[in-house]
Amino acid sequence: MKGGKLAAGATVAAVVGGGMLVRQLRAARRPAMADGDAKDRGRDTRWLAVTVYREPDRVAADGPLPEPLASLGDQIETRTRPAPGGKGTELAARLRAPAASRGESSRQEVRAALRRAKQLIEVGEVLAVDPTPHGERTATPAGLALEAVIRRADRDGVL
Amino acid sequence: MRAITWRGVNETAVETVDDPRILNSHDIILEVGLTVTCGSDLHLLGGYIPAMRAGDVLGHEFMGTVAEVGSGVRNHKVGDRVVVCSFISCGQCWYCRNELWSLCDNGNPNPFITEGLWGSSIGGCYGYSHALGGFAGSHANYVRVPYADQGAFTIPDEVPDLRALFASDAAPTGWTGAHQAEVQPGDVVAVWGAGGVGQMAARASMLLGAERVVVIDRLQNRLAQVSQHIGAETLDYTQTSVVAELKEMTGGRGPDVCIEAVGMEAHSNDPSFLYDQVKQQLRLQTDRPTAVREAIYACRKGGTVFTLGVFAGLVDKFPLGAVMNKSLTLRGAQQHGHRYIPRILEGMRTGEIRTEHLATHTLPLEEGPKGYDMFKNKEDGCVRAVFQPNGNGRPG
Repeated sequence: MKGGKLAAGATVAAVVGGGMLVRQLRAARRPAMADGDAKDRGRDTRWLAVTVYREPDRVAADGPLPEPLASLGDQIETRTRPAPGGKGTELAARLRAPAASRGESSRQEVRAALRRAKQLIEVGEVLAVDPTPHGERTATPAGLALEAVIRRADRDGVL
Repeated sequence: MRAITWRGVNETAVETVDDPRILNSHDIILEVGLTVTCGSDLHLLGGYIPAMRAGDVLGHEFMGTVAEVGSGVRNHKVGDRVVVCSFISCGQCWYCRNELWSLCDNGNPNPFITEGLWGSSIGGCYGYSHALGGFAGSHANYVRVPYADQGAFTIPDEVPDLRALFASDAAPTGWTGAHQAEVQPGDVVAVWGAGGVGQMAARASMLLGAERVVVIDRLQNRLAQVSQHIGAETLDYTQTSVVAELKEMTGGRGPDVCIEAVGMEAHSNDPSFLYDQVKQQLRLQTDRPTAVREAIYACRKGGTVFTLGVFAGLVDKFPLGAVMNKSLTLRGAQQHGHRYIPRILEGMRTGEIRTEHLATHTLPLEEGPKGYDMFKNKEDGCVRAVFQPNGNGRPG
C-alpha cells in the first residue's frame, strides 16, 4: 500500500498546508503594519480570547487570575467582559511584549493557558488523552508529519 | 489487551496494546460488550480523513459493562450495563448546556487541527483520528470513557445488548438529522442512504410525525430492511431518476425535508460520479458530494436539506444557486446524541425503535480485518459487522 501511504502523506500535508494557508490569508486581511517588526509585534501581542460559560465573578473579574494564566504573571495582561446573549464571560489575554528569548512565554503558551483556564473553570480539570492505548507506531512520513501537528495541537489555532 | 487498529490506508490489524487507565476523575473504564463498524470508519480506512496514525485503535459505537470508576463519577458504578455516546462532551460549556453536544468546547484536546480546517473545533470522538482528539476507540477489550456522567447511559433491563448498541451512534445520529431538520407532522421526508444511520433517520422522521418517508439506495438487501423493519417507502436509484420520481410522488413539489445520510464517498450512476472520484483521488476536492447535490435539486422550494453523512473538507460543483433561489435551509451536524439517547432507549424499551436487524454479522475481535473487509465491500449482505471483544455480549 505504498501508493496509499504516499497519498495519505500528501493529504496530511495538504490539510495542514491548507490550514496554514487559510491563516495566512486571514493574516493578510488585517490592517498593514508599518514594517515587518511592527507586524510581528502586532501578531505576537494580539488579544486572544475564550468564552467561559460562567458569570464574570466566577472568572476572576477583580480577583486573582485563574490558573494556568496566573503562572504567566506580569508577562501577560488580561481582561474580562460579559458575553452577549447570556453566553458567559469573555476572557482575553495577551503578551505585554513579544517573546524576546527562549525563556519567555510565547503567544502559543498564552493560547494554551486560556484553553486550560476555561476547562478548569467550567469542568474542574483539564481533559487528558495520553497515555492512550495504541498499536505499533511505524515511522512513515505521513505519521511523522501528523505527530508534529499533534504536538502543537493545543497551542496553535485561530482563537 | 487486544484491539483492532488502523495500520495504513485500507489496512487494519489486531494488535496487543496497553490497557486503558483512568486519567481524569470523571472517567470510567468500560469492559466492551459489543462494538460495531460504522460507515464513517470507511473514510478513515480509505485515508480520506488524514489524521490517523498507524496503531490507532478504531471503533466509536459501543456498549458494555462498567469495570472501574473515577473518583468524580456520580451516576455509574462497577457492573452497570451502559451504552456510550460516540461524542465526548463535557456537559458544562455553553454548547453542551444548549444541547448542541457534539459542538462541545472542551471534549477535543487537539483543537488546532479542526480550527484550521473549519474555523472552530468541535467535541472529541472515540477512535476517530487525532483531528477529533486522538482518543482510543472501542474495538478492544476495554475503553476509557471520559465525562462518563454525561456520555454513558444505563440500559433498561428490557433492552437487549444488540438493540442498545445502536443507541450509541446510528440511532441518535438519525434522530439528530430528523429533529434538527425540524421534521413536522405531515411532512414528506426523503433520506439518501439505507445504511444504519439512514434507516434510523427514516424511523425518527416517522416517529416525529412525517406522513411519508422515502429512503433511496441501490443495495436491495438494505432497501428490503427499510421496507420490513422501518416501514418506509424505498427508491432504487439505479432503476429510476430519483429527482423525477420524488417530484411525481409529491405532486410536483419535492420532499419538505431531504436528509443526506451517505457522506463523502458517495456513489452514483451519474457521469458526475467519475468526475468527483477523479478530483477526490487527485486531492483537488476532499469529499464527493453526489447525494447532497441530488438532495438540493429534489427538495421542495423553501424546504430543508440536512447533511448527516460525514464530510471532512471541500467539495466541488456545489449547487449554491439552487440553495439561494429555492430559499432552502441547509443544515448539518454530527450527532447531539446526549440529547436524544434517553428518548431512544425508551423507544427501544417499548419496541418502537428496533435495530437488531442492522447487525447482519457478529464476529470475534480477532476477525476485525475480515469484518471491515466485509463491511467495506458489502459482502454477504453486510450492513454492519459487530465485534464481541470479550465474548460475553447478550445478542438478541
